[in-house]
Amino acid sequence: MAQPANQEAPGSGTRQSETLAPPAGHGEHEGFFKKYLFSTDHKAIAKQYLFTGMFMGLIGAFMAYTFRFQLAFPGSHVPGFGVVSPNEYNALVTNHGSIMVFWVAMPVLIAAFGNYLIPLMLGCDDMAFPRLNRLSYQVFFLSVVVLLISLFVPGGGFGGAWTAYPPLSSKAEYSLTPLGSTLWLVAVALEFVAFLIGGINFVTTTMNSRAPGMKLYDIPIVVWMIVIASLVFMASVGPLVAGAVMLLFDQLFGTAFYDPARGGDPLLWQHLFWFFGHPEVYVVLLPACGIVAEVITVFSRKKLFGYKTVLYTAIATGIVSFFVWAHHQFVAGIDPRMANVFTATTVIISLPVAEMVFVLVATLYGGSIKLTTPMLWALAFIAEFIIGGVTGLFLGASGSDIYLHDTYFVLAHFHYTFVPIAIIAVFAGLTYWFPKMFGRHMNETLGKIHFWGTIIPFNSIFIPLFLLGLAGQHRRIYSYEGFPELARPELQQLRIIATVSLIVMLCFQLVFLFNFVRSMFRGRIAERNPWKANTLEWVAASPPPHGNFETMPTVYRGPYEYSVPNRDEDYWPQNQPA
Amino acid sequence: MTSSPNETHEAGPPASGDEPRAREADPAEHAQAAEHAQAAEHAQAAEHAQAAEHAHAAEHAHANPVRVWAILCALLVVSVVGPMAEIRLLTLITAFGIAGVKAYLVAKHFLRLGVERRYVAYALVVSVAFMVLFFAGTAPDVMEHRGRLWTNHAAQKEVERALKEAARDGH
Amino acid sequence: MKPIATTRSATGIPTGRLAVWWLIASEIVIFGGLLASYVMHRIGHAEFGDYAAHTNTWAGAFNTLVLLTSSLSAVLAHEAAEKGQGPRAARMLLFTILGGAVFLIVKSFEWTAEIRAGYTLATNMFWSFYYTAAGLHALHVIAGMVAMAFVARDAFSNRELQRVELVGNYWHFVDIVWIFLFPLLYIAK
Repeated sequence: MAQPANQEAPGSGTRQSETLAPPAGHGEHEGFFKKYLFSTDHKAIAKQYLFTGMFMGLIGAFMAYTFRFQLAFPGSHVPGFGVVSPNEYNALVTNHGSIMVFWVAMPVLIAAFGNYLIPLMLGCDDMAFPRLNRLSYQVFFLSVVVLLISLFVPGGGFGGAWTAYPPLSSKAEYSLTPLGSTLWLVAVALEFVAFLIGGINFVTTTMNSRAPGMKLYDIPIVVWMIVIASLVFMASVGPLVAGAVMLLFDQLFGTAFYDPARGGDPLLWQHLFWFFGHPEVYVVLLPACGIVAEVITVFSRKKLFGYKTVLYTAIATGIVSFFVWAHHQFVAGIDPRMANVFTATTVIISLPVAEMVFVLVATLYGGSIKLTTPMLWALAFIAEFIIGGVTGLFLGASGSDIYLHDTYFVLAHFHYTFVPIAIIAVFAGLTYWFPKMFGRHMNETLGKIHFWGTIIPFNSIFIPLFLLGLAGQHRRIYSYEGFPELARPELQQLRIIATVSLIVMLCFQLVFLFNFVRSMFRGRIAERNPWKANTLEWVAASPPPHGNFETMPTVYRGPYEYSVPNRDEDYWPQNQPA
Repeated sequence: MTSSPNETHEAGPPASGDEPRAREADPAEHAQAAEHAQAAEHAQAAEHAQAAEHAHAAEHAHANPVRVWAILCALLVVSVVGPMAEIRLLTLITAFGIAGVKAYLVAKHFLRLGVERRYVAYALVVSVAFMVLFFAGTAPDVMEHRGRLWTNHAAQKEVERALKEAARDGH
Repeated sequence: MKPIATTRSATGIPTGRLAVWWLIASEIVIFGGLLASYVMHRIGHAEFGDYAAHTNTWAGAFNTLVLLTSSLSAVLAHEAAEKGQGPRAARMLLFTILGGAVFLIVKSFEWTAEIRAGYTLATNMFWSFYYTAAGLHALHVIAGMVAMAFVARDAFSNRELQRVELVGNYWHFVDIVWIFLFPLLYIAK
């Protein structure tokens, strides 16, 4: 406060700068590299994150296809890969998990949407720290490179599961991947650093750089969600960063942090990991909910039911998510008394999440619903996520978890949460903001074909896996032929149904890719505000130029004033004077 | 955040005039909007006013940093001398109690958290609190070597072995 | 160019300082996780007391003094920057960097003696934690020194004076971490 020398101090200087001419069209004269590879423009960085995330998604999907093929037809030649060896199987499963969580869900949901939407929705021309933003992507890109290298080093990629429990992850004698496990760990650590930098940027921008007149309760819900998620990430990832250093030392320098024979404790890693790992679920869930909330309000032409309720439940979810982590460890040998505590907290966290779903459903009630492609995805998110949430209750209660732990029931449960989050909500967001991002419309018919071609096979992949899990099928098994009670033909048929459904679902993604690329260049030109939405990003041109707005907007009202009585139009942009 | 000299940004304003931003340029309006945001943040405007006043007063009332430093050095001497009495409780109090006091002094006077908006201190305290939470959830399994219906034989064996070895070495 | 976004300040806290607060918050949990893990082992393993007896309390105490003093000069640099005295702020920052250098030199002698005596990273759990925690802290000291060198260079010509406070705040945080590391690693025996 007391700093005359400070150029950033609030006061007259700040306000004056707002009245400067906008740097519209600034990016036109920059060279290709400056514009697309080393840009500090938040929209370019968002697209870098988006395309990197989509690319990694293709790799993760290919891995899923490979090991699902092996499970359905053990020992056979997988088209496009060859025969999968047990070690390769472990590496594929591990890296599928890591990639989908750390290199698809995080960069797309938080980094891509966060970078794209936060400055536009807050009515500013860029992030508070544009160069830090660029650094964040560069570190992330480095982590991608390190991860991809780790797949091809001698010994193969890391195969100790994405949770990397020691001693499997700490000792090369066990994992058989001396280089792969270290590179994997380094890649994950770099990815954390990238998102810490990005998260600080998001939070600071939202706190300080809002358009004049935008009060805290005028911030669109999706921005709130990304900010809360960034804070939760920031507070939960620290211990795991320390833990990763300790694991690295165990791998490289022969320390014994996780070696019980020499005074260490492998349970410590599990605590460090899940203290981050469980909040991480909410780190990706909250932005997904935010995207869905935006889409649902726009396409039901109704005010969001209970803005403050959503906001407070999101904060509550973020806080309670720190109190539930040990429910992943009920059978790991933790003290049974702690299991009671964590069962209770796990049941409690379903309250705010359920409330959020109720708010979304209440927003639909009585609205004039338009079933566009983004709206279909948003509705599918609610439906599918409820299945994921309800099956979670069986796993959160320590009694039933002892039976279900480490079966395919767990696997199907978290895919029923993660696929809605990282795939369905992302498609809702992508199809909704595509006209803004690229200035063109996507094809609705192809969009709907893609939607149904994804949702139906998605359910027929994972419902059989629920049944297999209840039948006792354990995770992380290369081939069930050695287990007579699991190799029965009726169970094998369920595996084949799941695998065939997966292949069908992946084929339908080609429809999306075709639609995406074609619409980018050939789609119908989009006007500024094709969905007649209120938030500030629709005030800018489509696609917004460098600097975003011709005149920096001022905000007069909340983001969800749809169908206000006594008005000609059923929407009321935030920047329109009363 | 470098200020590159070739910026057109600064060159714009005279041309752009007042009209397009008639509303923007109204300082009272702005102050009010900013005030509103603050008020919401603090849940009440009164607290905000108080904080501002506080900050203003503090401009003249910074503790002399050299004096704070002298106190810190004196505390350091105590924390080194204290454990020489070889009383376990005294060691804990002098070592960690004084560390807490020193950290408080540095945070208040050097980091100037005393005159910063209060939610910053709360945010930092919350991140410390999460670490206490982590400790509370993890210690029953890692710090303890025996619990209800379980024993950590490996850890117990290691402690026994190391203590025996230390005794043999004559400690 | 400074985008308009970087010049706004809806909270009243300058954007740079706000970001440093969040940086410090995220560092608290990194050190917090490591130290929490150390403390549980320290309490659970009675033998750590014997291992810790070999650390050099005097070196640790001297380094604490050095860091406290360098924090003082960082505060003086900030006060100078507030008055717009860039060169004086820069000199004070250089003094702080010198403090960091002395800290690292003492540390390197200390570690050399310990490694010669056979206490290495993998000797036992106490020494593993000792080197990991102190090493992570030393990395932060180095990072702070590098950042301060850049800020001091600008401050000499009265540019970007608000950054003097920012690096100072980071340095005080590094100081606070050491204030806790000192009793944890050296005094509690």
